[in-house]
Amino acid sequence: MIAEIGLAALWLAAALAVLQMVSGGFALRSAEGAPNPMAIYARPAAVVQAVLAVLAFLLLLYAFAITDLSIKLVATNSHSMKPMIYKLTGTWGNHEGSMLLWVGVLALSGGLLAAFEKRLPERTMGATLAVQGFVALGFYAFLLLSSNPFERLPVPAVEGVGLNPLLQDIGLAIHPPTLYAGYVGLSVAFSLAMGALLTKEVNPNFARVMRPWVLGAWVLLTFGITAGSYWAYYELGWGGWWFWDPVENASLMPWLAATALMHSVSVLAARDALRTWTIMLGVLAFSMSMLGTFLVRSGVLTSVHAFAVDPERGAFILGLLGLYIGGAFTIFALRAGAVAEGKRFSATSREGALVFNNVMLSAILAIVLLGTLYPLLTEAFDVRVSVGPPYFNPAAAIFAVPMFLVMAVGPLLRWKEDKPARIQFEMLLVAAVLIAVIALVSFFGNFPLLPLLGLGLAAALAVAAVLPLKGRKLTRVPVATWGMVLAHFGVAVSLFGMACEGAFTQERLAAVAPGGTEQVGDFAVTLQSVTPVAGPNWTAIEARLAVSQNGGEPVILAPQARNFWSPPQATSESALLTRWDGQLYAVIGNQAEDGRWQIRVWWKPFVTFIWYGGLLIALGGVLAIAGRVKVDVKRRKATAMGDARRADLEALGAAAPVPAE
Amino acid sequence: MSQNRLWLWLPLALFAFFAGLAGYMLTQEKDQFVESTMIGEPLPEFALEPAFGGLPGAARSDFVGGKPRLLNIWASWCLPCIAEAPQLEALKAQGVEIIGIAIRDRPEDVANFLGQYGNPYTRIGSDRISEVQLAIGSSGVPETFVIDAKGVIRYQHIGDIREDDVPVLLAELEKAQ
Amino acid sequence: MIRVMLVLLAALMALPVAAQDSMPPAPYAYNQLEDPAMEAEAAALMATLRCLKCQSQSIADSDAPMAGDMRHQVRSRILAGESPAEIRAWLIARYGDYVSYEPTVSASTWPLFAVPVLVILIGAGVLLRRLGKRRSDAGDAA
Repeated sequence: MIAEIGLAALWLAAALAVLQMVSGGFALRSAEGAPNPMAIYARPAAVVQAVLAVLAFLLLLYAFAITDLSIKLVATNSHSMKPMIYKLTGTWGNHEGSMLLWVGVLALSGGLLAAFEKRLPERTMGATLAVQGFVALGFYAFLLLSSNPFERLPVPAVEGVGLNPLLQDIGLAIHPPTLYAGYVGLSVAFSLAMGALLTKEVNPNFARVMRPWVLGAWVLLTFGITAGSYWAYYELGWGGWWFWDPVENASLMPWLAATALMHSVSVLAARDALRTWTIMLGVLAFSMSMLGTFLVRSGVLTSVHAFAVDPERGAFILGLLGLYIGGAFTIFALRAGAVAEGKRFSATSREGALVFNNVMLSAILAIVLLGTLYPLLTEAFDVRVSVGPPYFNPAAAIFAVPMFLVMAVGPLLRWKEDKPARIQFEMLLVAAVLIAVIALVSFFGNFPLLPLLGLGLAAALAVAAVLPLKGRKLTRVPVATWGMVLAHFGVAVSLFGMACEGAFTQERLAAVAPGGTEQVGDFAVTLQSVTPVAGPNWTAIEARLAVSQNGGEPVILAPQARNFWSPPQATSESALLTRWDGQLYAVIGNQAEDGRWQIRVWWKPFVTFIWYGGLLIALGGVLAIAGRVKVDVKRRKATAMGDARRADLEALGAAAPVPAE
Repeated sequence: MSQNRLWLWLPLALFAFFAGLAGYMLTQEKDQFVESTMIGEPLPEFALEPAFGGLPGAARSDFVGGKPRLLNIWASWCLPCIAEAPQLEALKAQGVEIIGIAIRDRPEDVANFLGQYGNPYTRIGSDRISEVQLAIGSSGVPETFVIDAKGVIRYQHIGDIREDDVPVLLAELEKAQ
Repeated sequence: MIRVMLVLLAALMALPVAAQDSMPPAPYAYNQLEDPAMEAEAAALMATLRCLKCQSQSIADSDAPMAGDMRHQVRSRILAGESPAEIRAWLIARYGDYVSYEPTVSASTWPLFAVPVLVILIGAGVLLRRLGKRRSDAGDAA
């Protein structure tokens, strides 16, 4: 029965999405002050739809939990012998389940928006809900027509096929759902942008409504990318943390657009400038998340972590993409000219710096997009080319370096207009740190250009990040400003980790007999023994490595080479020794003919800073949301009190009490 | 202002270009193979040890003189190689000389495989570190190359040989005369 | 629907079908060269060569046996005194540009270099339009 109820819930939710779309559309036709009678259904439809879609997802989760092998999706992706946690995470470790999760989160955000957002004019809200319903409807159609997660098998399977072992990992439990939630947040921002564009209500009020969604999406994307990078780092077994793989790029591109959008929407909220630019970025950010979905699931590009792909699905997503993005860009081209230009500002102002960095972020986005899609373009002419890190790194750096420089001084500038001479001291300080660090590092060794620049920029950015606090009373600094400081400092921390990993990593690959010792950096690594071990659904050989730093007390590391039997696949489980100043990364490989074992050991100084930085950035975003919400709640309370007082005064002054609105 | 308006259409134009390209690529057969760029080039110099006791090893000189031959890259651990074994037998029956190169293989496994699925080869070289495979631009097992009597690589077939590939290979051998 | 399922099953089955040998790896597949300078040269080269059996991975990050054999080729050729450029050229002669991640301007790759230049120009244009003009009329801004 579970599957049937889930399917029914999905169909009902789809029907409600139609209602939401039509009813929201009627709001556009309502006259000023007189709401259209047909428009009142949009909000309740969104709320009920949220309940139904979430219910459908929970039912699928339950089917996975009890390993209901009569459901095809469970039979092809799960196994009764799997640990419970991976049975649950397996729910979204496949195409259909992850789409259902996506739809569930999408409906939930639509419901929240409909239930709690009262600041927008009804017409704009109606248009927003109509767009939101339209987007949701496309995904319901996709699920129900081509990727039904609840399909039954004619005869229940005896046993499930199992989940790809690479995905049986706690990193998978958090990484994809966070990314999906981030994508969904961008879809809400998209709906809001379209609603505002359609009703020409692109103003600070709209920006304040949009901001928490953008910030929330951005925090989730930041966190998701950070988690995904760490997962790839320890799971793929070679110590790489970013491969510029199409799937990774697919998650990076929405993040770049969201970063630009977040800054742009702040300018719109604070200064009523950058109106069309914000709308454009809103459309772009959502386009990038849709594009990412298309690239990952259609199989047009090859990648290490692609889903089981199907061109039919690809065609469906491409159709949705054409409908949403093509439609949005058409409306943009038709309407954006009619949006009045926002407030003006000079080049040397905080807006000026933000515009510069928005352009740089967009340029990096363009490079990543080009590099990712270029192989697709040449394949159309039957030429195969490879675009990889040696292209992406320098090409992105061309724009990233000026961006970091402007990012260092931007927050110090005043809004609207400023004189560079006013922040002379700060600029000199940042420049001095940059040059000193680069000079110092190049004095001690010969390092590649990009890590060297990275080290200098990281130091300069770390100093610059805290400069906005200079001369202010720390207890009175707004929470949102702390968020910015923390996020910018996080960028410096992450950049430092990347540069150190690039410049100072030490590698040791060797065949070692039990008892043998290898040296890497300050560490002596002794292979004590190699023994077979078994887990619930795998067997493995496990090495015991005694690692001693500078002759100190040895620590035991136990990397494994695992063989999963359902589905059969080998993975290498790296073992990590984390120190404050870096990580030792050990992997056990094959046995050589003479009985020695291949081991791979890396000492990666400060590599963990890459992900600490990512977490700091995300935390900065959380603080920014908290700060905005605090201010917002205060403002609402103040308005409510003001209204109450006015009503009281009126009641006292007037003979007959006015009925409350 | 009109010049402004034109700029606003740019995103749509770029998107339309992408959508067209992606749509076209979706209809295309996804080509997973990496083709050798050694077609038309002479076979590189090599001399491999015998892959097992039953047949001699293989060297470049074995391909020179007489008529065109097939160079079959295979391995006993490769499942599609089992599928193509009958087709190799069919080619042998047509009088084609097939020289095998066994990739990363052990003599006992090679002997077992041939005992089980038949032996269409006149010689098999053992390439334990994929040296010759890399030298001729092959990127997997099984692959089959047509080598003409001067020792020049003329044609590459990627993947296992199916029944309808046999006439194609015979025609290529004919062309290489 | 059945076709979808078949595709799914095939994707899952693809792993065992691509069975791997049990042979120990080539000598230099997982072992470094003695000379640190040579090893650094080899490592830098390997990071820019594509693993042919994998998907978007360099041979420096792959456990595929063929990637191991390619690493062996790279290290043993460096040891024999060949330059990284020669080894790259040797591989490109066999597998085409596809095997190399190193960006080079050619008939099939020039847009990769032209577009960033175009992006710089567009970026500069946008910035000049948005920021450059404002300075002059900032005074009369509302």
